[in-house]
Amino acid sequence: MALKDSVSQVLGRDALAFDETAGCLFVEVPKKRLLTCLTLLRDELGFDFLSDLFGVDNSAFYEKKMKKKKKKEDDTEEDSRSGQEESLPPRFEVIYLLLNLETNQRLQVRVRVPENDLTVETVTSLWKGANWPERECFDMFGIRFKGHPYLKRLLMWDEFPAHPLRKDYPLEGKGEERSLVYEPEGEGHWT
Amino acid sequence: MGPVKQRIANEDYVTINVGPSHPAMHGTLRAIAYVSGETVLGADLEIGYLHRGVEKLGENLSYHQFIPITDRLNYCSAIANNVAYEMAVEKLMGIEVPERAQLIRIIMTELSRIADHIVLIGILGVDLGAFTPFFYLFIQREEIYEIFEWYNGARLTNTFGRIGGVEAPLPDDFEERWSELKKGLDKAIDETDKLLTHNRIWMDRTIGVTPISVQDALSWGFTGPCLRACGLKRDLRKDEPYSLYPQFDFEIPTGKHGDVFDRYMIRMIEMRESMKIIDQAFAMYKELGSDAPLMAKVPKIIKPPEGEVYHAIESPNGELGFYIKSDGTDKPYRIKIRPPCYMIFQAFDELIQGEMISDLIACLSSLNIIAGELDR
Amino acid sequence: MNEWTIAIIKVVFIWSWTLLIATVMTWVERRGSALIQDRLGPNIAGPFGLFQPLADGIKLFTKEEFAPKHAHKILFTLGPVLFALQAFSAYAVIPFGDKIVINAKEIVLQVADVNIGFLFVLAVGSLAVYGFVVGGWGSNNKYSLLGGLRATAQLLSYEVPLGLAMLAVCMTYSSFSLREISLDQTGTFLGFLPNWGIFKQPLGFLVFIVAAYAEANRVPFDLPEAESELVAGYHTEYGGMRLGLYLFGEYVNLYTLSALMVTIYFGAWHIPYIDMSAYLSPFAYGIASFFVFFIKCAFFLWLFVWVRWTIPRFRFDQLMGLGWKSLIPLGLLNLFVTAFFIQISL
Repeated sequence: MALKDSVSQVLGRDALAFDETAGCLFVEVPKKRLLTCLTLLRDELGFDFLSDLFGVDNSAFYEKKMKKKKKKEDDTEEDSRSGQEESLPPRFEVIYLLLNLETNQRLQVRVRVPENDLTVETVTSLWKGANWPERECFDMFGIRFKGHPYLKRLLMWDEFPAHPLRKDYPLEGKGEERSLVYEPEGEGHWT
Repeated sequence: MGPVKQRIANEDYVTINVGPSHPAMHGTLRAIAYVSGETVLGADLEIGYLHRGVEKLGENLSYHQFIPITDRLNYCSAIANNVAYEMAVEKLMGIEVPERAQLIRIIMTELSRIADHIVLIGILGVDLGAFTPFFYLFIQREEIYEIFEWYNGARLTNTFGRIGGVEAPLPDDFEERWSELKKGLDKAIDETDKLLTHNRIWMDRTIGVTPISVQDALSWGFTGPCLRACGLKRDLRKDEPYSLYPQFDFEIPTGKHGDVFDRYMIRMIEMRESMKIIDQAFAMYKELGSDAPLMAKVPKIIKPPEGEVYHAIESPNGELGFYIKSDGTDKPYRIKIRPPCYMIFQAFDELIQGEMISDLIACLSSLNIIAGELDR
Repeated sequence: MNEWTIAIIKVVFIWSWTLLIATVMTWVERRGSALIQDRLGPNIAGPFGLFQPLADGIKLFTKEEFAPKHAHKILFTLGPVLFALQAFSAYAVIPFGDKIVINAKEIVLQVADVNIGFLFVLAVGSLAVYGFVVGGWGSNNKYSLLGGLRATAQLLSYEVPLGLAMLAVCMTYSSFSLREISLDQTGTFLGFLPNWGIFKQPLGFLVFIVAAYAEANRVPFDLPEAESELVAGYHTEYGGMRLGLYLFGEYVNLYTLSALMVTIYFGAWHIPYIDMSAYLSPFAYGIASFFVFFIKCAFFLWLFVWVRWTIPRFRFDQLMGLGWKSLIPLGLLNLFVTAFFIQISL
């Protein structure tokens, strides 16, 4: 694929892995090289439009894979010699959807974010429009963006205690809204 | 303390709340405007009043069950959301939709594009004091609703289409309905044009109000009519063609300054272009006859292969995209919706700095912020 | 019947007549807007919805008289009262017809024939500002305050062009009294044009009508009560009869302004080229002049409604710009041209 070749040429060692489904190309870059890679992609290959930015929680995905693998190993009774304590890959990932306005090509860049280091550099210096998507990512997953001008919750209320889109948060919620009680101060005045 | 409040901490201002419930009727969003006299210093934005956890819901419903939920995103043009989602799933599974179904999808999407633009122009008029075009245009929107109701029974939130095609052919007398609707729409758009476009007061209120440059707009992530108003000719139907759009002949209007007047004029012209597309699509549909298939061969339980895909279409508001990650089961693993007005509304503070309160309302109306799409 | 009785009857008659017109205007507004907007309007309360104003009046009278907790107790009620007061008083000096003869007694169809009629109308009309500003302040509400501020600035600014246009008319007819101006508009000049104000003062009429729309707070000048911007401006917090006083006062203002326009520019009760008093008995002539005057007023009242539902509203700085930078120079120009013509001809 011509795009794959040019991306691996520009990023060099930073292009850790490529995935492609139905014409959508995903490239993984290391977290600490995120800003450099995105700047390179913008300057060299012309990917200067950020379409969207969001997080994905892969914990359930990997757990299912591990369970299937373990089941297969149990079934065939193989010696689990290699990769005894195979640590799971990083739990979260943040995906950036880039677009080249001249050639109309799309490229998806992903960074893996481990659970013990939930910070990513902000890209608001490159694109002003990353402001709210990063706030939403923080709101929904808990991923902090270093250098963001105003990293507060966006869709949930400010004191909401959990991060809803994580896989360990139930669909029905945990009843946090019952803690919201309205106490008018004083005798309740109008303004 | 919002970011704007911190920025203007040293100035003299009064806080005006364009609150969640406001006669300007744009859905539930809150803009805390800081004004000094009549000049707006900035606005803190608070959204999330209509957040329903749609993306989390998607992880617990099957692919088919998610279609009615996509209706409720941009409820002024529900069909565009349905079509976008279905196309994303079809892209993931590699399904090829038959031509007749694609034509029906195109006709319905363009009708809902016309409906969305009608809402915007009517509400923009009401907010600026011109109450009459609202009524002329909404009568035609009722006729569009009649067509939707005839097709599948629902007026506003039609769960249109299935993964792999559509559920029913167009009704038999669509031709008569469409020609009548065309006449009515032509007349209504002409009358609105006569009342508003060259009206001196309208021009004073909208020309030069909150302009934005192309570079700023691209940096904020603008797409759709708001980006075309700045002068960049960018439309996903022409740039990344999907479905049968390459076979149709239509124009993409662009503006010059990105102000309220440009956004309004572009939508007026786009309504007429959509009518042209529907004419051409319907002519092709008639040629296909009534034997052509409506649905591709799709298994009863949809289990896409593992993978992730992103697909976007040109909805009336801009680029509406769906990112779907599948883990091989019959429920999606992650669905992310890229709402067009989400990226546009972020720029609101920058747009209205230095303008007057009346311009704030005009700008808010012209950006077409729909809370369902904004908050999901 | 002595003078006092006649005066009281005239006052009561004109007061109830203006109130009736204000009520009917609510109906005209709603049916008229429906006509323009291709819909029906009220048609359930009585034939053609004619009892709708009655229903509205009953509603306003019987609603709970409610004031917000921290509103100023006196000012909150004083605002609408002041406004309604000035609206009704201004009509006192406008003639609503020519003489009528009952029982061989000649009665002038005008409540008070003051020989400085113009100044009286202008002065009383200025009190409308107090109605807005007191109501806006007394409501203890940011939106009302903004509405009150806007109303003050707008009304004060547009008083000047109004006065300038009227001044030019006074110069043309050499009198301040409205009755004398009406009487003067008989006959023709230049051979075929009736001696009406509009033909002698076309520019003045333009200035006057725009300033009249601004004084009446009607679209395109209805910023103080712009619904989608400021919720409802200065009458956000009002309900019940206080709101009724504001709304009716607005319609009475409209009627006063229309009557003024007809009196000074459209020949009051005269029909062009025909002298009615020659053909009718004095009693019938009085009634006929009353109706001719009223029909002309009705046209202007309809014009107010028509314009409201057709064009959008101004932004505040554009509104002030129009008043100060366009209308006042035009009014002054009109004054000079009038003076010039008076000097060289007549």
